[in-house]
Amino acid sequence: MTDLTDIGIAGIRDGVRDGSFKAREVADAFIVKVSQAKALNAFLVETPEHAIAAATAADTAREAGETLKPLAGVPIGMKDLFCTKGVTTTAASHILEGFTPTYESTVSQNLWDAGAGMLGKLNMDQFAMGSSNETSAFGNVISPWKRNDGGNASLAPGGSSGGSSSAVAARLCPGATGTDTGGSIRQPAAFTGISGIKPTYGRCSRWGTIAFASSLDQAGPMARDVRDCAILLEAMAGFDAKDGTSLQLDVPKWEAGLSGNLNGLRVGIPKEYRVDGMPEEIESLWQQGIAWMKDAGATIVEVSLPHTKYALPAYYIIAPAEASSNLARYDGVRYGIRDLPTGAGLQDMYAATRADGFGPEVKRRIMIGTYVLSAGFYDAYYTQAQKVRTLIARDFERAWEMCDVLLTPTAPSAAFALGEKSADPIAMYLNDVFTVPSSLAGLPAMSVPGGLDKQGLPLGLQIIGKPLDEQGVLNAGLAIEQRAGFTARPEAWW
Amino acid sequence: MSVDTATVKRIASLARIAITDEDAARMAPELGNILGWIEMLGEVDTTGVEPMTAVIPNTLRLRDDVVNADPLTGGGIREQVLANAPAAEHGFFAVPKVIE
Amino acid sequence: MSDYRIQGDTGEWEVVVGLEVHAQVTSNAKLFSGAATAFGAEPNTQVSLVDAAMPGMLPVPNRECIRQAVRTGMAIEAQINKWSRFDRKNYFYADLPQGYQISQLYHPIVGEGAIDISLDEKNPDATGKRIGVERIHVEQDAGKLMHDQHPTQSYVDLNRSGVALMEIVSKPDLASPAETGAYLRKLRSILRYVGSCDGNMEEGSMRADVNVSVRKPGDELGTRTETKNVNSVRFVMAVVEQEAKRQVEVLEAGGKIQQETRLYDPDRNETRSMRSKEDAHDYRYFPDPDLLPLVLDDAFLAECRASLPELPDAKRARYEALGIAPYQATVLTAEVEAARWFDALLGAGVKPAAAANWTTSELFGALNRTGRDIENSPVSPAQAAELLGLIADGTLSGSLAKQVFEVMLETGDGAAKVVEDRGLKQTSDTGAIEAVIAEVMAANADKVADYRGGKDKLFGFFVGQTMKAMGGKANPAVVNEVLKGALGESVAS
Repeated sequence: MTDLTDIGIAGIRDGVRDGSFKAREVADAFIVKVSQAKALNAFLVETPEHAIAAATAADTAREAGETLKPLAGVPIGMKDLFCTKGVTTTAASHILEGFTPTYESTVSQNLWDAGAGMLGKLNMDQFAMGSSNETSAFGNVISPWKRNDGGNASLAPGGSSGGSSSAVAARLCPGATGTDTGGSIRQPAAFTGISGIKPTYGRCSRWGTIAFASSLDQAGPMARDVRDCAILLEAMAGFDAKDGTSLQLDVPKWEAGLSGNLNGLRVGIPKEYRVDGMPEEIESLWQQGIAWMKDAGATIVEVSLPHTKYALPAYYIIAPAEASSNLARYDGVRYGIRDLPTGAGLQDMYAATRADGFGPEVKRRIMIGTYVLSAGFYDAYYTQAQKVRTLIARDFERAWEMCDVLLTPTAPSAAFALGEKSADPIAMYLNDVFTVPSSLAGLPAMSVPGGLDKQGLPLGLQIIGKPLDEQGVLNAGLAIEQRAGFTARPEAWW
Repeated sequence: MSVDTATVKRIASLARIAITDEDAARMAPELGNILGWIEMLGEVDTTGVEPMTAVIPNTLRLRDDVVNADPLTGGGIREQVLANAPAAEHGFFAVPKVIE
Repeated sequence: MSDYRIQGDTGEWEVVVGLEVHAQVTSNAKLFSGAATAFGAEPNTQVSLVDAAMPGMLPVPNRECIRQAVRTGMAIEAQINKWSRFDRKNYFYADLPQGYQISQLYHPIVGEGAIDISLDEKNPDATGKRIGVERIHVEQDAGKLMHDQHPTQSYVDLNRSGVALMEIVSKPDLASPAETGAYLRKLRSILRYVGSCDGNMEEGSMRADVNVSVRKPGDELGTRTETKNVNSVRFVMAVVEQEAKRQVEVLEAGGKIQQETRLYDPDRNETRSMRSKEDAHDYRYFPDPDLLPLVLDDAFLAECRASLPELPDAKRARYEALGIAPYQATVLTAEVEAARWFDALLGAGVKPAAAANWTTSELFGALNRTGRDIENSPVSPAQAAELLGLIADGTLSGSLAKQVFEVMLETGDGAAKVVEDRGLKQTSDTGAIEAVIAEVMAANADKVADYRGGKDKLFGFFVGQTMKAMGGKANPAVVNEVLKGALGESVAS
């Protein structure tokens, strides 16, 4: 008999619909997997009752002869950045310990409305700030992957959606939600050999999702393949009147529109993405990707995005600035922890609560953000960064005159070992070099697995699309997926 | 870019994060490095360039002036509002006494 | 120009005042959430997840609040900015759940405008002054802290948190307590006409931050202080007076004025420094990334303009053109409710000047005496029009009209009914009047002789005696005419 945890979202959905198996069997199979994978530390909270309730509803509906919802019988993992009613939500930060929302985020509600169930809340970098999942207050998430060098180093699952990437790669859930501010869906997807898409800014509502950097944050799906990503994204996206930046557009039928035939498509290769010190293997995977695109019928054009190298510094002004303000609400008054030293006044209570509640990386970014917004520095840093952002967006607009999608590596390296980069913030920030520019421009972008490096670790390719052209991105991703034949999976050691 | 410990302490105070002298001394070079790195932006000629306002062309939608039209953004939910408070008494949030 | 001067030991000083008025926008729901704005609710019952700044909450602006700000801007002939933005003002306080206030610093919705004030209601045009308005922006109100409920804790009520305010910033064009008071009253009047703020200062719907500095005439502007949250016109005027006096004393003693925030203590009638850490005020304003730029289209602006009522200055000019005295026109237009009442009276077809006289003296006097406001006037405009009609057609004399009005106030009856019921009709019956006059002259033969001897002033005495004898119901014009004849005839003979 097939292992139900091996067949992905489309397979589960179709199998439940045609009666090949019960939704309840699927839920039970994943619940067992989750309970056996504590070593990965991917889940902060397990919610088997939620998954079972959704599965039971799907089975009951089918028995009653009703039309099943789009995700009926599909259990998923939920990044802990999404507020879930009645289920502890912490953004992996001590400062929100014990916080139980009385409300459901729009994205998670959309998924439940589509029939999905929740296996649990996924670990992540604290407040989504990190690229390795080492900033969680509740311990590192471990990648299910190991190097093939015989060593047993624990590897980073990427970040900030590291619980999501680790869980999907280890088959603890067939799909998961992620959020992407500067690469937090794409980089962990690349590190763990799965797919993930960040849609156009405004496609997914931000209401009820704990904010990191408002002008950049976007939710998106992480799953085993392109089709599963399309299915999940269709359920997650949609206009929401509660989010002033939500796009008032219908959600396209992305799954139905999938096609790996790229005849007539122009694929741009941005020359500035060829950075110093990039491993040879990444360069050769990129070349392989170009060949696959051609094979699928696309034509290749070299394009220039001249302000690429300024994207990271601009991002590390804008994102911390917004974060320093977004995180001001964590003050020990209305929710989360309160640290009240003896005899402390209100302002002392704030300072003590925040010193105790925030982890070092969160504090670092709040400090940077506070600094760049402070009197005398605002124009030199923040205004200049937003001007550079305009130039970066303009670079992309010019590129769209010559091509329809862009193909780049997702990350400048394969997964690194935990602890390897945590001492040097800038080295860590450089991991987002290929993902940040499209975030700054609000563009849809996706990572799909392309192959393995010499150490046996997955490498990802990134496709960046025009605003609102998720379909183009998914189709190019599908063309790569069909040709890459990526079937590698980590061996279960956990 | 060099950042001194006094600056670190001033910023920490603005951000309401308690910090020891030791931590401030440790953070000073670290912040200095990061700020030095991002100062690379100064190279870019942005004459005549408008700062980004909306990444995807979109304008602000306005809400109708209706009370509690959507329960998720309406009032009358005191229980919910106070449910997670570290200290709530008599329908209020409680904080250490503020002397004005 | 104001000639207000503070007499110091070293000579005369001028005072320079600018006001930042926070006016609560009249709306059902808050600026960025659907929670109610009503005054006086139980603590935290008008608080949404958005107002409490729960994690993941987002603001969506209320169209009505934007509309009211635009209409207010139009009412003071200000520039309306079709492109504006919201910014975050970052600071930590227990009444500010987000840790920032959403306001507008860099691109306010309303730019420069002006308000015309007058210092003497009796002579409004000659004492007029134009006060510049720098800007109007829209922002969130904060919650409320209660300090007296618990020995060691303060309590936080977020009902006000997120209520829409307009901040109306004047230029430093005010030069005396009187000008400042006149400006605030006029601004309040305009807001109430427009309907964008109820102007209720007791309930905190309007508060002013008062910026005061002093200088020797002709000198540069001095350092200013800002006295926060002053909540009545009287107190604002007192702040200007006290703060100017204090600053002159400090400067003349060789001291310096600190740029600082102060509080007004009405019990002691003095301002005092808020000893907060001024150096910590680095608000780190930046555009709110949760809110896109606010772009107003022409249709929206046209609707705002079309919905504006006639404003106090225009109404006053119209009244004056109808022959109403300037002072009365000013009094009648100061409060929107009075103006509305009077417009209804005019609409009933009365003579404007007479109606204005009667309204400002009789009606306002009666309302004052009985402690009522015009919205609860016991006499409706239609009833007043009926009374004025009876005066105009000679049915009632002035004194009879007063009697009728008193009865109307007590009973709520119409004028004609009162006249009928109480027999208060004026008589113009010449025969009856002649008979009474003959009696009066007979009883006062000595005075008749004196009058005829040249004491003209005695005419009034005869009028009074005649009216008294007739219980006040004689038509004074007929009495005058008959008396003149009766007294004069004899002279001629």
